[in-house]
Amino acid sequence: MIKFSIVVFPGSNCDHDAYHAAKHVLGQEAEFVWHKETSLHGADVVVLPGGFSHGDYLRTGAIARFSPVMSAVAEFARAGGPVLGICNGFQILCEAGLLPGAMLRNRDLKFHCEHVSIRVEQTDTPFTSRASRGQVLRIPIAHGEGNYYAEPDVLASLESSGRVVFRYCDARGQVTEAANPNGSLHGIAGICNERRNVVGLMPHPERACERPLGSADGLVLFESVVSSLASHGALRTA
Amino acid sequence: MTHIDPALLERHGLSPDEYERIVAALGRAPSITELGIFSVMWSEHCSYKSSRIHLRKLPTTGPRVLQGPGENAGAVDIGDGLAAVFKIESHNHPSFIEPYQGAATGVGGIIRDIFTMGARPIALMNSLRFGAMDGPEGARTRRTVEGVVAGIAGYGNSIGIPTIGGEIAFEPAYAGNPLVNVLCLGIAPADGLVKGQASGVGNPVYYVGSKTGRDGIHGATMASAEFDENSAEKRPAVQVGDPFMEKLLLEACLELMRTDALVGVQDMGAAGLTCSTCEMGARGGSGIEIDVMHVPQRESGMTPYEIMLSESQERMLLAVKKGREAEVERIFDKWDLHAARVGEVTGDNYMRVRDHGIVVAEIPNSALVDEAPVYNRPTARPAYIDEVRALDLSRLTPPSPSDALLALLASPTIASKRWVYRQYDHMVRTNTIVLAGMGAGAVRVKETKRALALSVDGNGRYCYLDPRRGAMLALAEAARNVACAGALPVGATNCLNFGNPERPEIMWQFVEVVEGLAEACRALDIPITGGNVSLYNETDGAAIYPTPVVGVVGVIEDARHVLSRVFRAGGDDIVLLGTGFGELGGSEYLKVVHDLVRGEPPALDLGRERALIALLGRAASGSLLCSAHDASDGGLAVTLAECAFETGGIGLDVDLPPDRDLRASREAGPVSRGFSPAIATLFGESASRVVVSVRPQDRATLLQMAADAGVPAAVIGRTGGPRLTVRVGGDVVVDAAVGQMEQVWATAIERYFARHAA
Repeated sequence: MIKFSIVVFPGSNCDHDAYHAAKHVLGQEAEFVWHKETSLHGADVVVLPGGFSHGDYLRTGAIARFSPVMSAVAEFARAGGPVLGICNGFQILCEAGLLPGAMLRNRDLKFHCEHVSIRVEQTDTPFTSRASRGQVLRIPIAHGEGNYYAEPDVLASLESSGRVVFRYCDARGQVTEAANPNGSLHGIAGICNERRNVVGLMPHPERACERPLGSADGLVLFESVVSSLASHGALRTA
Repeated sequence: MTHIDPALLERHGLSPDEYERIVAALGRAPSITELGIFSVMWSEHCSYKSSRIHLRKLPTTGPRVLQGPGENAGAVDIGDGLAAVFKIESHNHPSFIEPYQGAATGVGGIIRDIFTMGARPIALMNSLRFGAMDGPEGARTRRTVEGVVAGIAGYGNSIGIPTIGGEIAFEPAYAGNPLVNVLCLGIAPADGLVKGQASGVGNPVYYVGSKTGRDGIHGATMASAEFDENSAEKRPAVQVGDPFMEKLLLEACLELMRTDALVGVQDMGAAGLTCSTCEMGARGGSGIEIDVMHVPQRESGMTPYEIMLSESQERMLLAVKKGREAEVERIFDKWDLHAARVGEVTGDNYMRVRDHGIVVAEIPNSALVDEAPVYNRPTARPAYIDEVRALDLSRLTPPSPSDALLALLASPTIASKRWVYRQYDHMVRTNTIVLAGMGAGAVRVKETKRALALSVDGNGRYCYLDPRRGAMLALAEAARNVACAGALPVGATNCLNFGNPERPEIMWQFVEVVEGLAEACRALDIPITGGNVSLYNETDGAAIYPTPVVGVVGVIEDARHVLSRVFRAGGDDIVLLGTGFGELGGSEYLKVVHDLVRGEPPALDLGRERALIALLGRAASGSLLCSAHDASDGGLAVTLAECAFETGGIGLDVDLPPDRDLRASREAGPVSRGFSPAIATLFGESASRVVVSVRPQDRATLLQMAADAGVPAAVIGRTGGPRLTVRVGGDVVVDAAVGQMEQVWATAIERYFARHAA
């Protein structure tokens, strides 16, 4: 059994959804970790879920990065443990410096909640190992600030090192401006760190794990991490 | 001591008569703080003084009802030891003054009502009314729409409760008074409902949440003798919502409720600390004594009057068991909330307020709650009714059916509301099994096989033409909608939006609506478990259409059987359940195409409606249906088009039998006789009709089931192909590519904004 630790910040609201996907859909172990804690309870995978941590006041993810648990998350990431940041979790990873770049307000200044298509660009991360390159996933987004921005040199390095993991695309897998829901540079929907064990994305794979919800395409991220841990051996931290 | 004179009373909205009652109840003249307390508790908003005697006519009990009106929300048993807790409430007036915050705080208020019952909120819905999107009021309307939608989104998205759908209509009658009615649904253990009561002498009373400020002190009481001019200027007109604070309160309260340390809890909504203090005491058969010096305050120098009347948001009052204080405080500490002990439960049935120990108000609960005035206000049938019911179709020149359909699909009331619901997180909590815009709202109940369906409906135009029938149609439509999702309707909540009840014509509308609603609820076996009345929706003497909005909750026994409005595949049979009578009175067609709000709204046979709803439930649970969509605004033509929209281009080819003009035999006389039969058939809004699609192999079973249920059923055509082809009596009247029609419908609302931007 793989253990998912789901970090709960005040204002997290997709924590239960990630828990449900890990525990009830995948049948793995899952546990909530309160943001004031300093240990990850022996996590194999850490999920920073979506929501509005600290109300997104000041700036999305800006306050959450100071939570005590974030030192443990950084330590876990440094040791090579797989970390997935979804939506607000992605924003927190950026604020914490675990991923580069930042999210601006959506191009049309409105919140968008809808299914979009994203293309899997890289399969050498623990969260995409079971996907195929170019595979199109139908996954919902739900954010007002998902417009990915990074300085040109950062962007160039992301591209050259193959760290853009997901891109918004149309149903046929074409990356077009029309298929970009928020104005993200290079159609970026998700990226990883240099070591490729920390992945952040704006779309919500945990909302797309069961057919009755409209799509089960998000399951592949969770299945990937389970199988990559099974083959490489789980990294148990204290 | 403040001198109480008629001017002061008037500013408090109290009549001289009501003042005499206060003096009699107290046996002395009230203090200024007491006067303020009476004024808010006896206000229309809190006391329901104009509506109460009529609301008693509504059926509120049933085998599934666990909690009827009188608590923070109603509750019905949904099986598996669980209760659905739900209520709808209005936030009309604040939403007009400040659309974003008005709507946002409306969402916050109804969510608090649900979680104070011990329920985890799992879904939100709303019913909105605005003025016309274009014309002289258009600019203001569009601003209001943008603000209200953003406010609903801002609060609901942040707190993480999905807004799964709702309804919106645009009518000039709402230009000066938009309606914002919000429904929240939660799930609680059936045996674990929490009450808004305080009991157990000596039990501590806690205040938790935001600090109290001068915001929201009721307009009527804003300028009292104790205020100087400067303090009035400091007072913001509308409350500001803090969804993050409420998220913390929600989680902390639910955590506390899992212990048994709690006695009761109530949110401080309208009338703030005043209402929660006296109502919790009254319900628990006890009293509450507080000292305002312990109330966390945002501003300095607040008087007891201001503290008691503030309507600052995100505040809760709790009574907990003595000896469990540390446990309670630990839970709130975890969520970084400060729980302030402000008083305790007493045994004398008084609400007692102290300021640094000195008693500033001492009122028997019964005086505030039970002895509040109740009025049987005079009613008079308005003169306009006869005038507007007369409808002479022979003078109208109808356009081609195709043009009429295009005009209707572009009407903002009918057009896709994607522009709106895309701004709402309608998927968070991963329970939403019918996505927004695809039919009634439906959420699964995790850890059970069941799902709940939700619909909010109301047609102000119908109610303007015939309040009684309009109300019956609202309930029937909401019940039919949840039945279309495959659910059995089990309970309802209502929000009654009207003008000034002191006008006999408005009061007549109100009484007609309540009586119509009561009759329909009885006939369909759907109890009303709570709701809200919003009166005085008037600007410059012009009232809104009488607008009862009904929310119905239904249970789907097996979530896998849930249905949406859209066709699933080509080659299925399309069956029309119910009969059309060519009823164009009050229709969207008349309004959009001929600019007429006239005639009689469609007739409603509650027996037929009941049979139809039962049939839908049976057919859905037998997996016979692929889709189901009721015919309402815009009639059958719009219904059929909507079945084909958002399917990825599954068209249809149907031949409709011309509507029978049964109105000829009615007292009201012929409505559509002599008028284009195709138009009447396509756009008439006869009630109790549903378009379903079935696999060909299931058709015979469905038809037999319908015959057994006494529901007329006709196979009208087939799904498939790229076109919308509609015939009436064999003649093709509409024939267009689905995509072309869908484009008009899908983009109409955003075009209103785009056209006027830049």
